[in-house]
Amino acid sequence: MANFYTDNKALKLHLQHPLMQKIVSLKERDFADADKFDYAPVDFADAMDNYDRVLEIVGELCGTTIAENAEGVDHEGPKVENGRVSYASGTQQNLDACRKAGLMGMSMPRRYGGLNFPITPYIMAADIVSRADTGFENLWGLQDCAETLYEFGSEEQRERYIPRVCQGETMSMDLTEPDAGSDLQSVMLKATEMPDGSWRLNGVKRFITNGDADIHLVLARSENGTKDGRGLSMFIYDKRQGGVDVRRIENKMGIKGSPTCELVYKNAKAELCGSRRLGLIKYVMALMNGARLGIAAQSVGVSEIAYREADAYARDRKQFGKAIIEFPAVREILATMKAKLDASRCLLYETARYVDLYKAYEDIARERSLTPDERKEMKLYNKLADACTPLAKGLTSEYCNQNAYDCIQIHGGSGFMKDYACERVYRDARITSIYEGTTQLQVVAAIRHVLTGTYAQLIEGYQAMEIAPQLATQKKMLDVMFSKYQEAVEAVKAVNETEYTDFMARRLVEMAGDCVMGYLLVTDASRNLSSENEAVKEAAEELVKSAKVYVNLGMADVARNAAFVATVKPADMSEYQG
Amino acid sequence: MSLNIIVLAKQVPDTRNVGKDAMKEDGTINRAALPAIFNPEDLNALEQALRLKDENPGSTITMLTMGLPRAAEVVREGIFRGADNGIVLTDRLLGGADTLATSYSLAQAVKKIGNYDIVLCGRQAIDGDTAQVGPQIAEKLGIPQVTYAEEILDIKDGKVIVKRRLESGVETVKAPLPCVVTVNGSAAECRPRNAKRVMQYKYAVSPSEKAKLDDKQKAIVEKRPNLNIQEWGAAFVEADPQQIGMAGSPTKVKAIENVVFTAKQSLSLENNDEQIEQLIKELIANHTIG
Repeated sequence: MANFYTDNKALKLHLQHPLMQKIVSLKERDFADADKFDYAPVDFADAMDNYDRVLEIVGELCGTTIAENAEGVDHEGPKVENGRVSYASGTQQNLDACRKAGLMGMSMPRRYGGLNFPITPYIMAADIVSRADTGFENLWGLQDCAETLYEFGSEEQRERYIPRVCQGETMSMDLTEPDAGSDLQSVMLKATEMPDGSWRLNGVKRFITNGDADIHLVLARSENGTKDGRGLSMFIYDKRQGGVDVRRIENKMGIKGSPTCELVYKNAKAELCGSRRLGLIKYVMALMNGARLGIAAQSVGVSEIAYREADAYARDRKQFGKAIIEFPAVREILATMKAKLDASRCLLYETARYVDLYKAYEDIARERSLTPDERKEMKLYNKLADACTPLAKGLTSEYCNQNAYDCIQIHGGSGFMKDYACERVYRDARITSIYEGTTQLQVVAAIRHVLTGTYAQLIEGYQAMEIAPQLATQKKMLDVMFSKYQEAVEAVKAVNETEYTDFMARRLVEMAGDCVMGYLLVTDASRNLSSENEAVKEAAEELVKSAKVYVNLGMADVARNAAFVATVKPADMSEYQG
Repeated sequence: MSLNIIVLAKQVPDTRNVGKDAMKEDGTINRAALPAIFNPEDLNALEQALRLKDENPGSTITMLTMGLPRAAEVVREGIFRGADNGIVLTDRLLGGADTLATSYSLAQAVKKIGNYDIVLCGRQAIDGDTAQVGPQIAEKLGIPQVTYAEEILDIKDGKVIVKRRLESGVETVKAPLPCVVTVNGSAAECRPRNAKRVMQYKYAVSPSEKAKLDDKQKAIVEKRPNLNIQEWGAAFVEADPQQIGMAGSPTKVKAIENVVFTAKQSLSLENNDEQIEQLIKELIANHTIG
C-alpha cells in the first residue's frame, strides 16, 4: 500500500528543521494543554511524534483512497442541481475519509476541537494531498479560512463556527466577482445592515471555489456610495441560513473535481466578521497570504507527481533497445525537474516556518502583551513571511507548470493521449500560477523586498551557515549569483523610474528566487548529511544532487536575467508597447 | 439502543506481497521476512462494528486478539480507528493451536468479557485461509452465526439483519442477538486511523509492553488509566488445558509443499458463443472456476 508521506523522505527532512523546536514551543505555549487535553503533547519530542503519526495517516489516505479516486473525479466532476452542488462520488468519498481521519481544522486550537498543529506540518499535509489529487487539495485546503475566522472573528463567532470546521464542514472564500478579479477593490456585492444588527447580502460572485460550502467568508460592500477597498467588509455566511444559490459551475481545464461556482445572493443573512471597512485591507489580505502558502504547497505536490510520473515512465519506456532514461537528453530533463521540485519544497517550508513563527507570536499577543524582544522577533518573522510568501507562490507555481510540461515531454506521444496521469497533471498545474494572485501579482508583492533588501538579508543569513565540503563549489557559485543579483538590483534602482522597475521586476524576483532556493538547497542538505535518522540522511544526499543541478541552472538563469537587465534600457521599453 | 460489540482480530504475516524468503526450508512461515499486519478481513469487520457504533450512540467496541504479546499492536490499531478498548489473549500454553483450539480459547475469552450483543470477525485470516474460527466460536458459545456478511443492514428489537455475499448471489438474513457475524473482504473498507485518537492512544500499552517503556512514557501511561490494554492468560479465561494449544489441536501438519503454478495448456477458440460456453462448462467441471 502506497504511503505518500513515508515514501517521500524529503518531507521528514523538512519537518525536522531546527526552527521547529521554537515553533512548537511557541505554538504549544510550553505544553500547557497537556493537562487539559489527553491528545496534547507533553514535550517537543511528543509533539513531533504526533506530527509524524498524523502525516502518516495523511500519507496513507492519499496513497490509497485519494490517489485512486483522482482519475474518476477528473472524469465525473461535480454537478449543480436546484442551486446545490453535489461532488463527484470520489470527492465525496475523499471528504468522508478526511473527516473520519480527523484531518479538518488541523491548525485550530484544541479548545475548538482542532489539532493545534503548526502551519508547517499542516502545509506538509497539503503538499501530500496535492500529489494525490490536486483539485481535492482545494476543497480540503479551504480549512485555511478557519484561520482567518479565528484571527478576526469574535470569541462567540469562533465558538460557533470553528468546531464545525473541525468536525468536517467545508468553507469557501467568496471574493471574486465578474468585474473584480485581481482588482478586488471593485467588489460590488451589497451588504445592508438590518435594524437587529444582522446583515443582508445581495449580488453575484463568480469563480468561487467550493461555492456551496457550509461556511463562507464573504467580501462585500458595506459602505454605501464608496468605490474602493475601504468600503468593503468581511462577512460570515452560514449555509444553514439560506439565501445563496449556485447558479452554475464552471467547466474548467483542470482541477475539475473542485466546483468553481457562480453564486447568487438574494437577501442572504450574514454576520459581520471583525470591523467594518477592514474587509479587504486587513482580513482578505491575511486570508490571501494563507491561501498563497496553500497554493505553493499545492504546486509542490504537482511538481512531485509530475516528477514521479516522468521518472517512472522514463525507466519503463524502451526505445533504441534501452530505457529512455539512459539518454542524456532525457536524464537532463529529469534531473532538472527533480532540482526544481526539491528547490520549491525548500522554499515552501522555509516560508511555512516564518509564517508559523510570526503567527504564533501574534496569537500569544492575543493573550498577553509581548516583551520588547518578542515583539522585535515577531516583526522580523512577519517581514520574512511577507517576503517569502509571494516568492514561494510565484516561483513554485511556475516550476510546477514547467515540470508538468516536461512530464508530458518525457511521455512523448503517449503523454498527449488521455491514457496517462500526466495529461491531468498538466491541466491541474495550469491554475496554480493564476489563482490567489497571478504570478505577475506575486512579483508586485515580492519586488518590494527586492528593493528593500529583505531577500539580501535572508541570503546573508544563509551565507553565514556551515556548508558541507562537497557543496563548497556550489556555495562559491551561489556567491557569484548573489553578487550578480545585487548588481542588477542596483542598476534598476539607479534608474529610479517606477515604470522601469515594474518592467524589470519579474527578472529581479526570479534572480532572487534562484539565489534563495539555491542557498536553501545547499544549507538544508548540509545540515542533514550526518543526521542520525537514516531516511533524513538519504534525503540530504538526494538534496546534494539537486543542489548541484539547481545551482548550474540558477547560474545560467541569473546570467540570462542579468544580461537582460543590462541590455534593455528605459528607452527600450517603448518597443514593448502595442 | 447501545450495543456491546466484540471485534475479533488477528495479527497475521502479510502474505499479499510474498517474496522468495517467505517460507523457511522446513516449510513453515518465515515470520521475520513478512511484516505483521492486521488481518484484512478483520478490518472489514471492524468497519461494520464502527458503523453500528455510529448509528447506536453509547455502544462500545472491544477488540479481542489471540497471539504473541506484540499482537497488542492490533488492539491499538483498532483503537486508533475507533474501538474503545481491547484485550490480548496471550499465553505460552495457547501456542501451536489449530482452529479448534483457537476457537475454544477465544470463545472462553468472549465468555469472560460477557454481556455482549454481537461478535464480529473477518471471514478468514490470510495466513490460514480456513474460515473456521468464526463459525466454531459461534458453536462453542451456542449462539447463531451469519457468515460471509457484506453489510449489516439493521439491528433492532434484538435482531440483526445482514446482507450476505455468496458465490451465487446475495442473501439477506435475520438473526437473533447475540450472534457471531463473519465479514467478507467485499464489505466496506475500514475507515482510516483518526488523528486525534492516534495522539490520544499512542501510548496505550499492554502490561508486557509497559515493562519496556522509558520512565517518561511510563508516567504518561500511569497518569491516564485508559491507556492500559489488558492481557489475559489461559487460566484467567478458565480454559481447560486439554483443549488449548498443542494439546487441544488435533490438526498436525505433516508437510508443506511449495507449489508453483505454471501454465501448461493452451487452447484456441473460435469467437462464438457455443465455443465459449463449452469452455466455461469445462472449467466449471474441473473446478478451475466456480
